Amino acid sequence: MAALRRVLRALATPFTQTAGLGRWMLVIGLVITGIFVLLAIFAPWIAPYGFAQASADGVDFPKAGAPSGEHWFGTDRLLFDVMSRTIWGARTAIEVVILSILICVVIGVPLGLVSGYYGGWLDRVLLLVMDALFAFPSFLLAIVFSFLLTDLFGGSVLAVAMSLSAIYIPQYYRVVRNTTVSAKEATYVEAARAIGAKDGVIMRRYLFGNVIQSVPVIGTLNAADAILTLAGLGFLGLGIQSTDAAEWGHDLNRALADAGAGVWWTGLYPGLAIVLLVTGLTLVGEGLNETLNPTLRKRRLLPVVMTTREDR
Amino acid sequence: MPTKPDLIDVRDLSVHFGLRGGTLGRLVGRDAGVVRAVDGISVTLREGEVLGLVGESGSGKSTFGRALLGLAPATSGTIGFDGADLTSMSRSELRALRQSIQMVFQDPSAALNPSMTVAEAVGDALRVHGMKSSVERRERVVEALERVGLSPVQLFLDKYPRDLSGGQKQRVVLARAIVMGPRVLVADEPISMLDMSVRAKILQLMLDLKQDLGLSYVYITHDLASAKFFCDRIAIMYLGRIVEIGDTEEIFANPRHPYTKALLRAAPDPDPARAVAKDLPRGEVPDAAVPPLGCSFHPRCPEAVAQCGWEARDLRTLLETHWTRRTPEEYDAESAAVGSLDALARPDTSVHVGRGGADAVRSILDRIRDEEPDEPLWRGVADVTDDGAGVRVDFHPGVDPALRRAGGVDVACVLYPDDSPDDSAGG
Ligand SMILES: Nc1ncnc2c1ncn2[C@@H]1O[C@H](COP(=O)(O)OP(=O)(O)OP(=O)(O)O)[C@@H](O)[C@H]1O
Ligand code: SF4
Ligand SMILES: [Mg+2]
Repeated sequence: MAALRRVLRALATPFTQTAGLGRWMLVIGLVITGIFVLLAIFAPWIAPYGFAQASADGVDFPKAGAPSGEHWFGTDRLLFDVMSRTIWGARTAIEVVILSILICVVIGVPLGLVSGYYGGWLDRVLLLVMDALFAFPSFLLAIVFSFLLTDLFGGSVLAVAMSLSAIYIPQYYRVVRNTTVSAKEATYVEAARAIGAKDGVIMRRYLFGNVIQSVPVIGTLNAADAILTLAGLGFLGLGIQSTDAAEWGHDLNRALADAGAGVWWTGLYPGLAIVLLVTGLTLVGEGLNETLNPTLRKRRLLPVVMTTREDR
Repeated sequence: MPTKPDLIDVRDLSVHFGLRGGTLGRLVGRDAGVVRAVDGISVTLREGEVLGLVGESGSGKSTFGRALLGLAPATSGTIGFDGADLTSMSRSELRALRQSIQMVFQDPSAALNPSMTVAEAVGDALRVHGMKSSVERRERVVEALERVGLSPVQLFLDKYPRDLSGGQKQRVVLARAIVMGPRVLVADEPISMLDMSVRAKILQLMLDLKQDLGLSYVYITHDLASAKFFCDRIAIMYLGRIVEIGDTEEIFANPRHPYTKALLRAAPDPDPARAVAKDLPRGEVPDAAVPPLGCSFHPRCPEAVAQCGWEARDLRTLLETHWTRRTPEEYDAESAAVGSLDALARPDTSVHVGRGGADAVRSILDRIRDEEPDEPLWRGVADVTDDGAGVRVDFHPGVDPALRRAGGVDVACVLYPDDSPDDSAGG
């Protein structure tokens, strides 16, 4: 019960504590992102055809057919329905982003906690490695990792998510590590030691809950970037292949040749999807940032309640 | 009254912290030195007793308290508890020991994890010591919360610290401390951050807990008035040492150490809720990294005598205070004769001052002395001789007074004859 109330309250904070622009950014961003999430979840029911379906009822789809009543967004050179691929693409994008955030959190947060808590040489080595990763041009890093990982795992969603994680783990690590370094000086950590808590317990039960709070913001801010990187990899022909899943970047790549031939629909819709989702996620990220970042937060005035001395 | 058995026996305990010199300092091999936060303390805590530690900020009270739980590592000395030496225990032995010795912190808002409810915070003390069953924990938590006066308990169990007042938070901290059934509580200024109106209540609660649970307290404070109300014995601390220790009545009725006298003069208010030190002895608490020679209180001591440890830095302070009362012209003339004071920055007992001729410097020193003939520093000056372009000032050698018996108390001051056979000169 209490936990549920806690979660609800945490979810409501961004709304109750923002005003004006920040709140609108958040709302619009959430609506756009929400639509894509719905598309992703219900793709099999919403999309008229499968993402790699080239015929229906034994009749082949037209090759690069213009938008029509049958195919609202037209078809491409591989006979696939563009609308279906755009909708299924949302599923791929969301899957990859969620998976890569999960990987980032699972790896970046514990590393940051341990590194910040113990300090010393471990901290210095980890900082060095992470800084090196961070300093590396991120897209290049993603390309290198997706080469390596596609060899291992094939062009799967997992492989792409992992290569995206390599870019973002240093950010999670750094934020968590820095908050840990300052949080471990708090009296409540000393108090935990005073009741006899082990280091592991202190990190799990005392520090984790307090350093994890900046993670949602990094997550949403990086999500937009991750969509772009994913599309970029697809555009270069790396990562997920057309027949494994629908991926907007990959479709854009194939649409390149169409543009000169006056076939605009194969490129427009996946492109539009990328732009919309990136905008939505950016708005959510910035809106959240404005809410959760205390230096930017403008609280609404709350009525002051005076308690009598006896009540204390 | 028969003397109770000793519960904690601290012998010559020192806790030194290494100063972190800058990277550059370390590169050129400069020793950054140490802070002697606790510098040779011997004291016992008896069963059922409240021992007060009183002293100004930086006297090492908190560090001593943390050392009693093994939270601050001892540099030397021993802490005996239950026949074992706490300073040589392993980490897991220390963790187990914390069921018996617990701590109450100064700032209750900082001492509670903001993301734990009251029930979780108090229950975690049991959980880390292996009480797996949450039902059992809940029972003990409820019992502890009732004991500290947080009732109806159901109202508080699921609250977060931010929903509680300062006094309520401190009660939660107390509940967390007693839930494991400890024998000793180290209370580090437990009321100083609270509202005046709740201070007396919390102290009363602590007395009740002591009565009901048979606790012993180490009560740390910088406020003598609450110590008078609360403590059986009081130890006055100054720069990591105990300078006077004895029964509360005796300390208050008949303070012997000049520092104790000064503290008492500064806080005459008997109401524990109001007293705040107003008029502490002149000067500031010296740097614990380079403490004064001899008796570390001598630069501020109004009763200091020749062998109290006078040295170059005291002369420097004297000249500087003298100049704050001069006009700019007089200052220019005098400081030209005296020259740089850099030679007076180290703890030497024989120093050269001046560059404008011996007579000029001598007359300045004489003038300062005539203005304030009672300045204790002059008692420490053995000789002033001509030395090149200035004079050489020689001080009497100082002694570092060990605790000695005087009346009903122990006091570390040369004004009292040192006839105790005990030669535990700390340091
Ligand atoms: N972890 C530490 N590292 C370095 N120096 C420390 C550390 N803890 C305390 N000190 C130093 O030790 C000295 C004594 O500090 P301590 O906190 O024990 O004093 P205190 O009597 O409790 O003072 P207050 O009344 O301000 O709480 C101070 O000079 C302080 O700067
Ligand atoms: S030894 Fe006694 S008289 Fe001398 S300075 Fe210290 S407190 Fe004052
Ligand atoms: Mg303190």
